[in-house]
Amino acid sequence: MKLFSKPWLWSWLAAAAAFAVTAALTSGRGGGELAYAALSFGAFAAIVGLGQMLVITLGPGNVDLSIPATMTLAATLALKAMGSQPGTAFLGLGIALAVGLGAGLANYALIYLLRLPPIIATLAASLVYQSVAIWSNRGLRIKPPTGLADFATGRFLGLPNVAWVGLALAIVVWVILERSVWGRWLLATGQNLRVARLAGIPVELVRAATYISVALFSALAGYLLASFSGGAALNMGQEYLLMSIAVVVIGGSSIAGGDSNVPGVWGAALFMFLVVSMLNSYGAVAGLRNVLTGTIIIAIVIAASTRRNRA
Amino acid sequence: MSDHENAPIVTLTDAAKHFGPVRALDGVSLSVSLGDCIGLVGHNGAGKSTLVNLINGGLAPSSGKIAFAQGQTAFGAGVRSVFQELSLCANLTVAENLRIAHSALNGFGWRRRARAEIRASLDAVFPGHGIDPDAEVGTLSIAERQMVEIAIGFASRGSEARLVILDEPTSALDAAIARQLLAHVKQFCANGGAVVFISHMLGEVFEVASRIVVLKDGKVVAERPTPEFTRAGLVDAMGHVAAESGGVATARRDFGPEVVRTDQGLSARRGEIVGLSGLAGHGQAAALARLFLSRSSAWHAGKTPDVVFVAGDRPRDGVLPLWSILRNISISILRNDATRGMVNRQAEAAVAKDWKTRIGIRTDDVTNPVLSLSGGNQQKVLFARALASPAPVVIMDDPMRGVDVGTKQDVYAMIRAEAARGRTFLWYSTETEEICQCDRVFVFRNHAISAELNGTDITEEKILEASFEMREAS
Repeated sequence: MKLFSKPWLWSWLAAAAAFAVTAALTSGRGGGELAYAALSFGAFAAIVGLGQMLVITLGPGNVDLSIPATMTLAATLALKAMGSQPGTAFLGLGIALAVGLGAGLANYALIYLLRLPPIIATLAASLVYQSVAIWSNRGLRIKPPTGLADFATGRFLGLPNVAWVGLALAIVVWVILERSVWGRWLLATGQNLRVARLAGIPVELVRAATYISVALFSALAGYLLASFSGGAALNMGQEYLLMSIAVVVIGGSSIAGGDSNVPGVWGAALFMFLVVSMLNSYGAVAGLRNVLTGTIIIAIVIAASTRRNRA
Repeated sequence: MSDHENAPIVTLTDAAKHFGPVRALDGVSLSVSLGDCIGLVGHNGAGKSTLVNLINGGLAPSSGKIAFAQGQTAFGAGVRSVFQELSLCANLTVAENLRIAHSALNGFGWRRRARAEIRASLDAVFPGHGIDPDAEVGTLSIAERQMVEIAIGFASRGSEARLVILDEPTSALDAAIARQLLAHVKQFCANGGAVVFISHMLGEVFEVASRIVVLKDGKVVAERPTPEFTRAGLVDAMGHVAAESGGVATARRDFGPEVVRTDQGLSARRGEIVGLSGLAGHGQAAALARLFLSRSSAWHAGKTPDVVFVAGDRPRDGVLPLWSILRNISISILRNDATRGMVNRQAEAAVAKDWKTRIGIRTDDVTNPVLSLSGGNQQKVLFARALASPAPVVIMDDPMRGVDVGTKQDVYAMIRAEAARGRTFLWYSTETEEICQCDRVFVFRNHAISAELNGTDITEEKILEASFEMREAS
């Protein structure tokens, strides 16, 4: 009974169903590969989804639309600095995170100093980040250092390394949200900014830290994705704009803020990958695939939210 | 007037309402006829709001019967209610808010008719109100919003209002405006209307009610014509032994150094209880909010806060609606017991449990959602949040709205004890009784301090004098 009121359950059930339907087509063969692929690709969606979840938790109107551009810029600059030289993986990681830090600070500065709505601020900033990425990339496709590429595509204890990274981040975010003072502050701020301020919470510090976190998560995802797929591409972040928001919503976090859900993000990230592979393996054409994906997302969100209202 | 049909407008027969295991209302029989003015009293969580919702048709009873005269529906029978939690849309004008309650206002020129109707109603209830029907509700003070809400309740709205339910209508109003309302209620009943009047201010109930109904734990424990009750008898019936608030002027203590001083001239010393009074909406709440914001930061928080705030406007300033009672209490003290940034959950639970008993929050489990509590009990949660923190300065913005008589006395005692231990209180209130608890009072008029009263000077007359002075002189 208590289990059914957990909003993360629905994204995991949906992911399991999509997995079962896809595996049924191949009558069980390739189930292992499918799960492995879902964990690999799902990890990137989960990492940006966790960041987006933190921002959405801040309350109505808070969202980061610069995720794709931050991913691209961080990946481009990191790969350029590494120049495919061995032993530069940590230099690249440092550069990617520095880009993330800069983007987060810039986003928050626009929101705080110019009082822009976050949607406008992050969208406008993302044009700048994307332009800088284009300017510095100039059409080059630089390969990641071999060691780093091996890490990004490798596995440990049978699971993809990127999935381990995503899992570790999920645990860190869960502990912060559920057990730390900081998490309480974030959740309170998301419920009502004024109440939180009057309860003595440093709300602007909370907001700033959250916008910086999401940019750091995006930068990390960009760095890993470029290493995973053999180089940075200017459109590499594109699909993660909708993806980051979809996994938060499907995962059962409240779009109105103040209530977030870490396990749900991972379930939704797996689901988003599996539903596309399911439609692919049934031979759906691209247009139909998009229509069906959209319909399925809406159905899941309705199922999850009506459950919650009754609980 | 001569044909006061004594046919009841609404009759409840053994009506009960259960929310899961909670018996909010446990078999109530009551009938309200034209010309009745019923005072409904009871402590927080006694079932008053539930009873109101049964009478106005908002809830269906779990068992028992409710019968309305004529129309069979609550609205058809002319039942209107004015709620304690303000239910106006802040982004619409006063006239547009009337339209929400009055669906017959449509077609060409409805705004003009709405303006005329709400203005007539406001003029009738609150002569000289000064509220513009075209003002957006969000720009009005909380007292003005309450006035608009009451006026909408009494407005004609197509069919005549026969029974108006007023749930804590005066809690946000100052004494002068409250008196206008009481006069109107008496007039309305004399002209053949009926009113159910819910208030924790027993003086008001005695003044307007022809009959008093006492609710306790979901049951009617007494129902008699008003003259048969005494004040003490009524408090006894409600189940609280409240000390008469007569002997307030205890010996003044020596206060410590000044700990608060604002540009406006507001000041407070260590261990002092400073009251802010005057007509509602004259800048008291804004002064307190400014003081709080200037003494705390949106960018960093120390281990122990310098000031804490008790909100009166709960949804806007106080309650974190998605959370449990426990988390609502502990939010301001998390830093005190935290180790390496992690919440100390044992300490948190202990504090919540302690305050549940100390301030009497009516719940079996502090992990229940805070919204499961009645309004007055939510207010206790906000008190617990502030008093549990060690902050030396406590700012209270009309914090007793909807709190019952017995709890008020407990909280007064608690505030006195905390002040004796060296905490400073700044207390805005619309109730003279609360202001009389203070050591020193600042009276506000037009967003400025018009008088500072000390000790025995703190009387209703002196406060009213300072609130009105300018107007009478002109």
